Amino acid sequence: MNNNIDWKKYLIVFLITAGLFLTASYLSNYFTNKKIGELKSIQDKIAVDILSSETQFSLLQELSCKDVNRSALSSELSSLADKITYSETNIGVSSDIIGLKKYYSLLEIKDYLLMQKISERCGIKSVFVLYFYANKDSCADCVKQGYALDALRAKYPEFRVYSFDYNLDLSAVKALISIYKIPDTLPALVINKEVHPGFTSMEDIEKMLPALEKTVKDSSKDTKNVVN
Amino acid sequence: MHLKNYPEVTIIVPCWNEESTVKKTIQSLFHLSYPKDKLKIFLVNDGSTDNTMSVLSSFASHENVKVFNKENGGKYTAINLGLESTETEFVGCLDADSFVHPESLKRIMSYFEIDQSAMAVAPSIIVNTPMSIIQRAQKAEYDMAVYVKKMLGFLGAIHVTPGPFTIFRKKVFDDLGPYRHAHNTEDMEIAFRMQKNHYKIEQCNDAYVYTNAPKTVGKLFRQRLRWIYGFLNNTIDYRELILKRKYGNFSLFTVPSGIISVLAALYLFSRLAYNLGHFIYSKLNQIRVVGIQNISASSHFSFFYIDTKTLLFVTIFLYASVIFSMVLGRKMAHGKTAFSLNMAYFFVIFSVIAPFWIIKAIFNTLTSKSPAWR
Repeated sequence: MNNNIDWKKYLIVFLITAGLFLTASYLSNYFTNKKIGELKSIQDKIAVDILSSETQFSLLQELSCKDVNRSALSSELSSLADKITYSETNIGVSSDIIGLKKYYSLLEIKDYLLMQKISERCGIKSVFVLYFYANKDSCADCVKQGYALDALRAKYPEFRVYSFDYNLDLSAVKALISIYKIPDTLPALVINKEVHPGFTSMEDIEKMLPALEKTVKDSSKDTKNVVN
Repeated sequence: MHLKNYPEVTIIVPCWNEESTVKKTIQSLFHLSYPKDKLKIFLVNDGSTDNTMSVLSSFASHENVKVFNKENGGKYTAINLGLESTETEFVGCLDADSFVHPESLKRIMSYFEIDQSAMAVAPSIIVNTPMSIIQRAQKAEYDMAVYVKKMLGFLGAIHVTPGPFTIFRKKVFDDLGPYRHAHNTEDMEIAFRMQKNHYKIEQCNDAYVYTNAPKTVGKLFRQRLRWIYGFLNNTIDYRELILKRKYGNFSLFTVPSGIISVLAALYLFSRLAYNLGHFIYSKLNQIRVVGIQNISASSHFSFFYIDTKTLLFVTIFLYASVIFSMVLGRKMAHGKTAFSLNMAYFFVIFSVIAPFWIIKAIFNTLTSKSPAWR
């Protein structure tokens, strides 16, 4: 029987296999870069939104309450937080992603300040919360809190959650933490300027924000008007 | 095709409760395009409890047929009984649920004519008229095996000489001894033994043998459990053959890739099971927190959330190579190159069930529990 090993064949097979793995790795990098590119383009949009938010902030004095746009954050940005969280878990923590997260947090603070101003000036009941979380390894209840807030967002489209990574190294977030004296027993919510440490259920949040129910009624009234 | 010489060949048909199929099996042997005086047919009844013996007896009047009756002892004992009475230079076996193409024997014998060092020649096995989805999935798999076996044949690295119609030089059994129990996979063990002793095994890709594949999931599961258990245990029995240069490609390629395949299937299955478990756990947790009425349908599809890690592309390459093998095998077996729905059945059914027989085979190996024949 011919048992002479043809090492050339093995070398070719090895090269083909290595080639396949390298191609797979290259494709993986290519798509990861594409995703980071997508995040960066959202980042550019954030820059514009920050500017717009600030301008609106300044103009507020001259606007009537009727003209105030209650949704300063662009609709596209609602999914940005999800994408950043996904990227952190699946792509890995890179400086690009951390930078983006910081930028996003800044915009949230800006938007939050604007919303507060609108609420005070126009007497609109607030339908937003500040949410402080940490990654799921150090905060098991944050996963549960995330579910509750997501469900509320789905139920009440006007409901707004400003979420902040408690451990993010950003002075603006640290300032927010010290202003509201957020404890490190996460998750923590700030509702109507009151801090609620630990997990807060959907029902409790609804009770604390009675204006939420009204947003649903208002939007259904609008729909009826459109139909009629 | 014509051969210079038509050497005498004995075909042994071991039967155990095969009354419904054995008649067709024997008739296919009668229809072989090979001189009748050169072909001996041994029908061995291995203690059947049905009507098999009377079916076999009805062929006893044929000049070249010899019928044997023995107590049940397992397939390998039935073939060995036939081997003891074999006086021809070549001998083969045909399972009683398989049928041969009329030209198969001549095509196989041409390999022996050309190559004096060929000690066994294996055929291409094709699923006979698949009816159920399970059988159609196996058809795609068997077609792929036609290509894979031919490649292994080129490398001299075949690890199984299938029960249906592999033809041996009688010298193989004279030199190496008869079939053994070999964890109910005697056709694999004899191939391992031949490889150990440097006996050349060839593959004749156009010698077609049609076999009845298991119809149901349960029967398929038992068959594959036996095969994988047999592979693992024969590999353990012949562990000295692994990664030894002197045993050629069989040792450096076939056996290691078999072991890697088993481990890879286990790994991929564990991964899938973990991800599925994690998904169900998260959903249950979510329902507990927000109530079933507040579970919203998954958000709109976005390319962003597709996992584009290296493993995804390696898996795509792997699947592409399997499809490539299936298409080539189908071309070799049927002359058709188009894709077939059977391939889709194969991927779906085997991806779901195969890990279970692999896990069971490993479990049985660890607990030394030998699976039943069927």
